[in-house]
Amino acid sequence: MSQHLLSWLIWLPILGAVATVVLGHADARRARWIALATAVATFAISIPLYTGYAADTGTVQFVEKYVWISALNVHYHLGVDGISVALIVLTSFTTVLVLIGAWEAIEAKVHQYVACFLLLEALMIGVFCARDALLFYTFFEAMLIPMFIIIGLWGGPRRVYATLKFFLYTFFGSIFMLIGLIYLYIKTGSFDLDYLAQHPLSMREQYWLFFSFLLAFAVKVPMFPVHTWLPDAHVEAPTGGSVILAAIMLKIGGYGFMRFSLPITPDASHELAWLVIAMSLIAVVYIGFVALVQEDMKKLIAYSSISHMGFVTLGAFVAFELARDNGAMDAARMALQGSMVQMISHGFISAAMFSCVGVVYDRMHSRMIKDYGGVANTMPWFAAFMVFFAMANSGLPGTSGFVGEFMVILASFQASPLVAGTAAITLIVGAAYTLWLVKRVLFGEVANHHVAELTDINAREAVVLGGFALATLVFGLWPAPLVDLMDASLQGVVQQLMHVKV
Amino acid sequence: MGPMSMADLLPMVPELFLLGSLCVLMIADLFISQAHRAVTHWLSIAVLLLTAVLVYRVSGDSSLAGSAFGGMFVNDGVAIVCKTFILISTALVFVYAKPYLIPRKLFQGEFYTLILFAALGMMLLSSAGNMLTAYLGLELLALPSYALVALDRDNGKASEAAMKYFVLGALASGMLLYGISMMYGATGSLDFGSIRAALLSNAPHPWLTVFGLVFMVIGIAFKFGAAPFHMWVPDVYEGAPTAVTMFIGSASKIGSLALAYRILQDALAPLFMDWQGMLAVLALLSLAIGNLVALAQTNLKRMLAYSAISHVGFLLLGLIAGTTEGYASALFYVITDALTATASFGLIVFMSRSGFEAEEIDDFRGLNQRNSWYALLVLLIMASLAGVPLFVGFLAKLQVLKAAVTAGMLWLAIAAGVFTVIGAFYYLRVIKIVYFDEPVAGTTLSAPKDLPFRLVLSLNALALVGLGIFGGPLMRWCIRVVAEA
Repeated sequence: MSQHLLSWLIWLPILGAVATVVLGHADARRARWIALATAVATFAISIPLYTGYAADTGTVQFVEKYVWISALNVHYHLGVDGISVALIVLTSFTTVLVLIGAWEAIEAKVHQYVACFLLLEALMIGVFCARDALLFYTFFEAMLIPMFIIIGLWGGPRRVYATLKFFLYTFFGSIFMLIGLIYLYIKTGSFDLDYLAQHPLSMREQYWLFFSFLLAFAVKVPMFPVHTWLPDAHVEAPTGGSVILAAIMLKIGGYGFMRFSLPITPDASHELAWLVIAMSLIAVVYIGFVALVQEDMKKLIAYSSISHMGFVTLGAFVAFELARDNGAMDAARMALQGSMVQMISHGFISAAMFSCVGVVYDRMHSRMIKDYGGVANTMPWFAAFMVFFAMANSGLPGTSGFVGEFMVILASFQASPLVAGTAAITLIVGAAYTLWLVKRVLFGEVANHHVAELTDINAREAVVLGGFALATLVFGLWPAPLVDLMDASLQGVVQQLMHVKV
Repeated sequence: MGPMSMADLLPMVPELFLLGSLCVLMIADLFISQAHRAVTHWLSIAVLLLTAVLVYRVSGDSSLAGSAFGGMFVNDGVAIVCKTFILISTALVFVYAKPYLIPRKLFQGEFYTLILFAALGMMLLSSAGNMLTAYLGLELLALPSYALVALDRDNGKASEAAMKYFVLGALASGMLLYGISMMYGATGSLDFGSIRAALLSNAPHPWLTVFGLVFMVIGIAFKFGAAPFHMWVPDVYEGAPTAVTMFIGSASKIGSLALAYRILQDALAPLFMDWQGMLAVLALLSLAIGNLVALAQTNLKRMLAYSAISHVGFLLLGLIAGTTEGYASALFYVITDALTATASFGLIVFMSRSGFEAEEIDDFRGLNQRNSWYALLVLLIMASLAGVPLFVGFLAKLQVLKAAVTAGMLWLAIAAGVFTVIGAFYYLRVIKIVYFDEPVAGTTLSAPKDLPFRLVLSLNALALVGLGIFGGPLMRWCIRVVAEA
């Protein structure tokens, strides 16, 4: 099993999805249990991946390589480095909590719901371990179908609009990446990511490829100005959909930059780093202000996600300025580390925030801030969790939210104090919108009789929120395991971005 | 050309067998009562499958490879691949047609014999080595097709569609014939090999050859239904009985590709630089018109018609590269497109009940709540049409896009990409209606109980995923036969 660990991680959830549909279509309870057992088993096999990965080398490990389509030189080529391991464990962990979280909230077509999540899990893990560009693209795109169904079938009133927008935005972005990959294949005869990273490309080619990758991943992250699908998708998606979307799918955008833009088009990325940095800063600051005025809790958290993801792209591209212009290799590595830690941490925090909204939504069937007030009086345990996650979301030291943002700001200060200063505005704005949300929802007098009738979280919900809280706290207080896991691999990325290919 | 010999006849054994058994079937059908019409049905399928076996046997015998009748009949790998899939998709059409024909009182022997004649025409087309053979095959395909569209005699829409199809089809044949005559005038031959040699050696009358080429490309575009020669497609798709539409949308596409490949590659390859540009324009227009107009359709058959036009645009991308990979990608595209078309029209048959055609997209409303298995099949088919990875539609698109980029037409590949996204919208709309909408109250789903129908339809749709993941061997086969030709 150990030499096929990655295949197990991909195929086990798919088998589980088939099993839930076949065995669970008549019995929702059975479907839930099969799905949960599959998710737990997948999480369990992702642990040997973490423990078995030799982090000090930073190389690609657990490699599986078979010919997939020989006519196109496509390989079923899997392998992980530290970055992938972290994201895979995040994926399998989150899926377990999402399935527990949806235990009672979803009543219609349960077997299809849980099967969609298992499929999604498989495809997302596939994205994180694909070492072949076409295999990556296959997982990247196929992922849209289960998410399309999740939002469209179990979503809110405007779910159809939201899910079509979600699908078409992402599809539009990625089709250009496909053409870029085809171009690369014709040029190099390979889809192998390591090979593509080595292959020299002219500046003109790099520019075009850079934009084709940028379009695909900027939509996914999402970056300003192609972010507009995200608030709609989040608002309409069921809680589980929002959690997966925020916790993992957005990360695939950031991961894509690390795997494609940085190694394959390093020179164009360097030349155009200012563009991405500017887009990131607009996301961080402007979208932060947009979040401030939201009246819908989910929308507020969605905008906050965009703003936080701005740090991820900022860190990734500020590294170019640091490494190439300033020669500050350590700072470049710190910027990349910061953006990776931010990805993982945002995965936990945003998932937790959306789960919190899910908890009250299941009781009140409203996401509007004005319908709430004084929830802390009737749901003290819930309030404790939500305040904690709000603190983490605003980047309070001691939570994982702090670590990533701090590293990115610290690193970018060496490149440009102006950039760092602008990014740091988020510390104020982020705190403002999050704390104001908490104040309006949790504190004050009990707003109405609906709030007065609320019951506190049950054990199941406590497990979900507690799981996220534990992760947030652990990585906040002791980020070393996470940083060490990715350190050597990020060192490799720094070397790749120093590599002049023209 | 010497006297006919056994060596000439042996490569044609599959065609001769099909012709012979279809004549026998035609006569036998006269003595079969309506109650036992299923005998004709099963015999027709058996004939197709036996012919496919013979095609396979002939392909395995290297002494039969090459040409017969002095080069009029070519028996190469491309012909074998085309014939195999023409026969398979025609057999699928028969399986899906039965539950559709019976309640509409169309379950007659004519349906089977006409389609078998058309299939024979396409087999001949696939093996054409001479303009005459190509034209003969084309007409043998076209004439039964006109009659098939009008099979439901009392249906005004069908008659109108048949009339349009006939007039425009005859026009297209005329165009093609006119082009052939020009080419004959310029090169002095109807044989593909001789035309090619003449064009290569001394480029006779450049303006005359290009003039002829234009007419031949127009004729081919008509047969494909490529824009701007697509006007007949929506009307015929909508007006014809679904079982016939299925045939026109699947098997005869392969026939059209065989025609294009034979004429453009075998005969007119030296004029590549001329026809490449023409096909690029046709491809772009087909992609644009097909995808944009499909957005506005509420009738599923019309939507699939425009979708078919857009798919023709894609497969033309494969031809414009003019390379082995390019032709192979077009071949792969048309094969998978035919399999997708049979499945999608099979689903329309599945949803339609007697006295009611499931033509409006809205008829599929809420299918997931009634029968989630068939809802899943709709999802698979639409995702494949949209070109989502893991489905065969993606592999097919990937290769034709690659062909376009190889040909240096990056702009065309990018345009095709944009239109793919536009196309995704209307395929998603079908998924949306199936999954997200409530079923119309007061209606019930009376799906055909026919077991072979259900089984084959499920396998057909699952094959789209199967080929999407394990499409490599088919792709290699296509590349190999084109490379050897």
